[in-house]
Amino acid sequence: MPSERGASAPTPDHFVADVEETPLADIDTVRLDDRPSNLWIDAWRDLRKRPIFWISAVVLLFIVVVALLPNLFASAPPNSDCQLSNSNGGPSAGHPLGYTLQGCDIYSRVVHGTSTSLSVGVVVIILTTVLGVVFGALAGYYGGWVDAILSRAGDIFFSIPYILAAVVIMSVLSEYRNVFVISLAIGLFSWPSTARVLRAEVLRVKNSDFVTASTAIGISRFKILLQHVLPNAIAPVIVVTTISLAAAITAEATLSYLGVGLPGSTMSWGNDISQGQRDLRSHPLPLVWPSLALVITVLSVILLGEALRNALDPRARASR
Amino acid sequence: MLYYLLRRILQAIPVLIGTTFLIYFMVFAMPGNPILGLFGDKTPNPALLARLEEQYHLDQPFFLQYLNYLWNVLHGDFGISFSGQSVNAILARTFPVTLKLAMVAIVIEIIVALTLGLVSGLRKGGVFDATTLVFSLLLISMPIFVLCFIGQFFFAVQLGWFSPTVGANPSFSRLLLPAIVLALFVIATPIRLARSSVIETASSDFVRTAYSKGLSRGRVIPVHILRNSLIPVATQFGADFGILIVGATVTEGIFNVPGVGNTLYQAIIRGERPTVVSFVTVMVLIYLIVNILIDLLYAVLDPRIRYAK
Repeated sequence: MPSERGASAPTPDHFVADVEETPLADIDTVRLDDRPSNLWIDAWRDLRKRPIFWISAVVLLFIVVVALLPNLFASAPPNSDCQLSNSNGGPSAGHPLGYTLQGCDIYSRVVHGTSTSLSVGVVVIILTTVLGVVFGALAGYYGGWVDAILSRAGDIFFSIPYILAAVVIMSVLSEYRNVFVISLAIGLFSWPSTARVLRAEVLRVKNSDFVTASTAIGISRFKILLQHVLPNAIAPVIVVTTISLAAAITAEATLSYLGVGLPGSTMSWGNDISQGQRDLRSHPLPLVWPSLALVITVLSVILLGEALRNALDPRARASR
Repeated sequence: MLYYLLRRILQAIPVLIGTTFLIYFMVFAMPGNPILGLFGDKTPNPALLARLEEQYHLDQPFFLQYLNYLWNVLHGDFGISFSGQSVNAILARTFPVTLKLAMVAIVIEIIVALTLGLVSGLRKGGVFDATTLVFSLLLISMPIFVLCFIGQFFFAVQLGWFSPTVGANPSFSRLLLPAIVLALFVIATPIRLARSSVIETASSDFVRTAYSKGLSRGRVIPVHILRNSLIPVATQFGADFGILIVGATVTEGIFNVPGVGNTLYQAIIRGERPTVVSFVTVMVLIYLIVNILIDLLYAVLDPRIRYAK
């Protein structure tokens, strides 16, 4: 046997070129000063090539600036110059979008309503992310009875449609209608979707080799969850969070529209739409502008989420 | 199959108890004595007040009230609304309308979503696919009331194709506009699910086999591709059915449809505690039952789920 093998095996210097002489040299070289690539760097490289990402990011940034500094865009405070003689009036100089039924400037109301919608959205996603990550991570990681209890709790909250629940909570707390309470009402019943997504992802990640390796070198279970499992499972949560943000902004407008949201004195797109519907048939403008602002905001959040989903999901990237 | 059915129903019981408890707890915390609301500005006779409180079990501790309520619900009795009508009677009148509306909407949703999803999945990356994507993203971004107003303003007021409001004893044709609006409200997700499912199925081995043994596109697309793409979309339709009934609160209000959503909204405004609890509970019950039915349908469609532990 050894002699046969010796006879048929070619001498290496005849058939195998040195790595330096082949085109493979570039691939084989390890550049030690290169930063290691990971999901986030890959995602960013992918994102910055996408026009949709840039358009939605710029629009959202603009909306955030409007929300933070409304006076830059509409110097007069809203309702400062309401005159009933202007009721449902068309556009005029300095009032580009026309007037509401009460004769108030629509433009300034839309600008000043921005911060309400955005702050409700932000408080809700903080709430859903905190609750969803805690419940989802613990349920997925520890499994067994922890999973059974936490998942059933999530099922209960998931089975009550959050708009319905928020309507009930807002009517219960009718004397405390403010941005925080309405966010609580929406967020309390919308976290299970975040928890479900994270639970599934944690279940997938916790069987990875690097988790076994961490266990083998004696890191405590909870530390592994925080340092190794969570960072590798969080990507889908970010995508779900953008969807929650869009849903929360819509939910606030819907509740205010139904009359159980923010009080009429608060500047909010939902309230303005609710006011505007009265004269829809003859004067659609007071309804159109706040609705348009709402749709543009939600659309840019959705598009951002869409771009993030495509960038963060390696499977979606491969199939393109 | 029977084992799966039993397990699924057993799983639903804690959820049912939890949801009813949660709703009852939230509404119980509602400030103000609801009985006083019945008398408007007048001060009621204390004896009458006590009798009414006893009649509605408001004098008992919270937990007993809840158990009492749950006991009645299990016997199919949802209580008496504050206007004196039994909730069952109101439900008997309004629920068929909501159900009819949701049915019309879900049929529209299924037909449109499957067609758009199938075509854009088969012609991935084409003009039709891109247009469908833009269309569905726009629809996701629109709150239900904005959709309602667009429908009402353009198709009813401007074009006059439909009547802007529905009114009592609605026929199918009068429910068409609100049903289209409801269908559009939920349609984006199933379109995209159907599309990705079709893409996945169309690239699978059995489809290649079907083509290579000489079957025509006319046979492969409906029988092999569409049928095997249905499973993930079917669950979505089930979940949407629940959303349709909830979304109907706003839609029924705007189009004046005499359904459950309208009644619920009126009850919330008037603070009619038992009525609100009953209607929300009924809606959650419907939602749960529909989800169980859809899970079973899912198990019928896909044997892998039936036999999985």
